Amino acid sequence: MSEQKRNLKLHPPRVPMPEVAPEERIKGFMEVPLGYTEEQARLEAERCLDCKNPKCVAGCPVNIDIPKFLKEIREGRYEDAARTLRETNSLPAICGRVCPQEEQCEARCIEGIKHDPVAVGNLERWVADWEREHGAIPLPEIPEPTGYKVAIVGSGPAGLTVAGDLAKLGHDVTVFEALHRPAGVLAYGIPEFRLPRMIVNSEIDYITRLGVKFVFNVVVGVTVTLDELFAEGYHTIFIGTGAGLPKMMNVPGENCVGVFSANEFLTRVNLLGASKFPEYDTPILDSRHTVVVGGGNTAMDAARIAKRLNGQKVSLVYRRSIDELPARKEEVHHAQAEGIEFNLLCNPTEVLGDENHIITGIRCVRMALGEPDDSGRRRPEPIPGSEFVLDCDAVVVAIGNSPNPILTKATPDLEVTKWGTLKIDADTGATSKSGVYAGGDIVSGAATVILAMGAGRTAAAAMHRYMMGLPRPLRQMAS
Amino acid sequence: MDGYRIVRDRSLAEKIREYWIEAPMVAKKHRAGQFVIIRLHEHGERIPFTVVQTEAEKGLIRLISQSVGKTTEEFTDYHTGDSILDVVGPLGLATHMENWGELVVVAGGVGAAPLLPIVKSAKGSGNQVHAIIGARSKNLMILEDEFREVCDEVRVCTDDGSHGSKGLVTDVLRSWAAEGKKFAFGITAGPVIMMKATAEAMRDLSIPGLASLNPIMVDGTGMCGACRVTVHGKTRFACVEGPEFDALGVDFHELILRNRAYRKQEMEALDHYHSEGCRLLKAAQELAHV
Repeated sequence: MSEQKRNLKLHPPRVPMPEVAPEERIKGFMEVPLGYTEEQARLEAERCLDCKNPKCVAGCPVNIDIPKFLKEIREGRYEDAARTLRETNSLPAICGRVCPQEEQCEARCIEGIKHDPVAVGNLERWVADWEREHGAIPLPEIPEPTGYKVAIVGSGPAGLTVAGDLAKLGHDVTVFEALHRPAGVLAYGIPEFRLPRMIVNSEIDYITRLGVKFVFNVVVGVTVTLDELFAEGYHTIFIGTGAGLPKMMNVPGENCVGVFSANEFLTRVNLLGASKFPEYDTPILDSRHTVVVGGGNTAMDAARIAKRLNGQKVSLVYRRSIDELPARKEEVHHAQAEGIEFNLLCNPTEVLGDENHIITGIRCVRMALGEPDDSGRRRPEPIPGSEFVLDCDAVVVAIGNSPNPILTKATPDLEVTKWGTLKIDADTGATSKSGVYAGGDIVSGAATVILAMGAGRTAAAAMHRYMMGLPRPLRQMAS
Repeated sequence: MDGYRIVRDRSLAEKIREYWIEAPMVAKKHRAGQFVIIRLHEHGERIPFTVVQTEAEKGLIRLISQSVGKTTEEFTDYHTGDSILDVVGPLGLATHMENWGELVVVAGGVGAAPLLPIVKSAKGSGNQVHAIIGARSKNLMILEDEFREVCDEVRVCTDDGSHGSKGLVTDVLRSWAAEGKKFAFGITAGPVIMMKATAEAMRDLSIPGLASLNPIMVDGTGMCGACRVTVHGKTRFACVEGPEFDALGVDFHELILRNRAYRKQEMEALDHYHSEGCRLLKAAQELAHV
């Protein structure tokens, strides 16, 4: 064993992630964390205890063999490390950047019990970046075409995972996307400073090279129905349409000019290039003080984008305290460092507008935390008489998304829950409609990229078994 | 994908052009009242257009565009053989159609475009269809002949009296009703200020009906809510719950103000486009002189 000499009793601290300084990064959309150097990556990988019974793997929704790829880093076998990642994860450069590792693999890390957990996410990112920077990502060996055709609805994290997994097994995969560009929330939702477009494009390119076809501008349910796809010869269909219906506050004045859903604000900038207006045709309002309502990752993204548009004042309004903020700690720290003002324990009650219906401010009420609610978090309750007004000229509402009902409404034989999410069999992702599987936010409600990918992996395996049980397609038998 | 090819285009009136575009999946599915969202090129914005007509067997859709801002101005430079990058649809709900009996449609300017498929569908459902088409002046009026082919009666008016009667569409509607005509249902489309006046006339004349709204849209699939409109005091998304709503319940004032949100940016974009165009023209002229 080459590793016998490792001294594991030193417990060196975690190698911090180098970052662009706040005053520098708010001038543009450059990526904030710079990534490890090779030396830093080796050093961090040395901290892994290589546990006999590693808990981290079970903490990963796609069960990456974490001790194995960390060992491969230590031994300088980076290509092997990359291959280990790709065995279970088609999008490692993305997951290394946007996964909440602190709640998953790193939360289970044995070293993390008494010391800092190993920075699995930073290392995943480093390996994926190393692979991309060292030539085309090598393709796995793909078996002979099976002749089975798969349709995937939605090109977000769940759909891309199913596409990659099934293409690797020799199936003929086509992804249908409603927007003009692939990757769903990875394209319209997550900003460049967290996930550079080049990284997304590279992962899409890899999936394309696996043989997956993409068709844009198709709203399945409207442009074409599931039954029509079956009639066209698809053997099985995966639905990964995500949670794309914005929740609004339902307070007076919400339709004033200057009030955006987070989806609109993010789409204008991330998908349509509004920060480069007028080089790009999509505009965004030129505001001086933007208030973002909400406390999740989307709220942090929106606030940090607003800051970058013109260096304006940006405030966040969240109804609970800092301990309950649902956003990743890292994102909260980034937002604070960039000068976003946090107004905690307050909640909007009204948007104020002038005679032209243009926003002038937002009235909020201060909140106190009461007894725990269904979510286990203490329920915020308004403090009577504590109303105050924040003067502002833009509000971004980032309080969550529900599933988009277009496809489910058009497909009555798909069973849905009272929340509009799809009912599935948890072990397979199978829906109530024969041959149709689903996963990601359309099933779980708004969640994370990696959970969608995990659901995609489960469904892909079940779809593979389902297809292999079908009669062999004629075309295949003839060849 | 090379985009969606324009197979025919022509001018209909001053600053108004029509395009027949290859979009077979949309052509096959489209029903009256539905629209598409298009994007001209990689730097383009997403903007909605009503599908005016289809030739499903040839896979064609017909769009009509009035040049009012940067994108629509740029669209006028696209001609037969050119392609636009993206066309998605058919979006929105199809017009709820029934046999109301005496139907009146009230079109203002380019609002005639969304109403043409509706009058055809209404005629097919057995209605007596009456149309009022208004425009600022004769050279801005479109589709009159096509309305005359389908409708039982068409009345036209212009602000300056250069064609048809002089006055507004609401004047025509009120005088038609004063002649004793009982309209059972009305549908209106056009500039928001004109739809607002039409809805007021419909209320006075006890004509229930719909207004086909034209708010700002981005994705067109219910994802962004840019198209929020207030109808009977409730917020609705025009892209997935519309574009048609109860004309008597729409908050038109709000819609007018919301549609003005980007007026400053629209002017800036147009200026930028023109100065960019001048720069390119100058460069081309200089090259020609060499």
